[in-house]
Amino acid sequence: MAPGWGGTLLVGLLHSIEIAVGATCLGLLIGTAGAFGKLYGGPVTRDLLAVYTTVVRAVPELVLILLLYYAGTDLINQVLAAVGYQRVDISGLAAGIFVLGFVQGAYSTEVIRGAILAIPQGQIEAARAFGMAPGLMLRRITLPAMLPFAIPGLANLWLIATKDTALLAVVGFFELTLATRQAAGVTKAYLIFYLAAGALYLALTLFSNLIIGRVEGWSRRGMPSVKEAR
Amino acid sequence: MSAVEAAAVSSGEVQNGAAEAIHVENLHKKFGQLHVLKGVSLSARDGEVIAIIGGSGSGKSTLLRCINCLENPTSGIIRVNGEEIKLRADSHGHTVPADRRQIERIRSKLGMVFQNFNLWSHMTLIENVIEVPVHVLGVKRDVAIAQAEKLLARVGLAEKRDVYPAFLSGGQQQRAAIARALAINPRVMLFDEPTSALDPELVGEVLKVIGDLAREGRTMVLVTHEMKFAREVATHVVYLYNGLVEEEGPPERLFGAPRSERLKQFLRNVG
Repeated sequence: MAPGWGGTLLVGLLHSIEIAVGATCLGLLIGTAGAFGKLYGGPVTRDLLAVYTTVVRAVPELVLILLLYYAGTDLINQVLAAVGYQRVDISGLAAGIFVLGFVQGAYSTEVIRGAILAIPQGQIEAARAFGMAPGLMLRRITLPAMLPFAIPGLANLWLIATKDTALLAVVGFFELTLATRQAAGVTKAYLIFYLAAGALYLALTLFSNLIIGRVEGWSRRGMPSVKEAR
Repeated sequence: MSAVEAAAVSSGEVQNGAAEAIHVENLHKKFGQLHVLKGVSLSARDGEVIAIIGGSGSGKSTLLRCINCLENPTSGIIRVNGEEIKLRADSHGHTVPADRRQIERIRSKLGMVFQNFNLWSHMTLIENVIEVPVHVLGVKRDVAIAQAEKLLARVGLAEKRDVYPAFLSGGQQQRAAIARALAINPRVMLFDEPTSALDPELVGEVLKVIGDLAREGRTMVLVTHEMKFAREVATHVVYLYNGLVEEEGPPERLFGAPRSERLKQFLRNVG
């Protein structure tokens, strides 16, 4: 591998991780709010959320990224121009996090909604019976109790997010896939660089699995092991 | 009723000295077309143990769950501690609590014990017991832990303090749930069929704990299928039939010399 290009790939990987982490956090926020809106919201809230989750999950992510990235930045600049400000360059990082987070939010909504429905209702009822306010109940009972049911689905979404960052190459964001294309294009060592990129994605997944396993074990601390019940 | 008496009743005080902890008047509850409670009245003064008995579908659990608005009554008056629960009609015509903070404050004075225990599965026993004192009532954590340890010891679970509920028997879980309810230092304990989900050999250990509480003068409302137990611990027994109070009175009279044919039939069937 030509000297220097390895560092380029690592910078690309770092950017990919930044976007994936940001998008997953934004997605979790949207997903939690969305799940509660779908379960406990009024009819208007529920309808709006149904449109959001259906449309986002129906349209290919690549199309959404192109749409939100170009149309979104254009819209922001038009609004800025209308109120008399200068046009701005939206940072690729912020735009990438927003676009992927918006997509992740739709999937997270459904994962978290399902996990909340899996909580034994008596535990929620006990929290109500002892006078917990809705916010306290969310923080102390509902979120920790739904976690063991949500982790497998959310872990999937995280792994998908790490790979969806590659789609941002089409809008020119310098992440691992774009870095690899540049390195391979200049050196003509296609096989080496694409294999290296694949290995980096794999390493990220293996490391993620390690962390996810720990978190899942912790979230299931109150549950008997499935192996013992066999 | 004179104006003075009416004022005394509305403030929750009664002439014989013991204050009225729970007052339910002409309570109705409908689930859609189903009319479950058809005008029930109930009163629990301090130190009283009210046992609610009745067949399946008689409305006894619904009545208990209306007291802390786990079910919203369709109409009627509920006073806890002399404070009337404010109700209003929502946009669908359902009756709901008008003031969320009021209902939360009232609930935090009523220690509820459920048929299915409903301990929080992601918390150990000690965490379950301190949860409401620390996070709802604002008790300092170390104070709450010291009190919780005493309560767990009292229900015979001192050595299980760091165990998660799923690793315990039903009887142990229900005793922990009683400790959790006691930890809020409740004005009234509400028991919703506390032994119905237990294996027969585990019923005794739970009834012993509840019986001890009754004997020390704790105010309780108890929905139960255990007639022998109700006769031993209750100061007043209410027999519900088809959403109405069919007969009520002191346990010796109600079990010893029932007047209603339906109650006689019910006691023959369960006895």
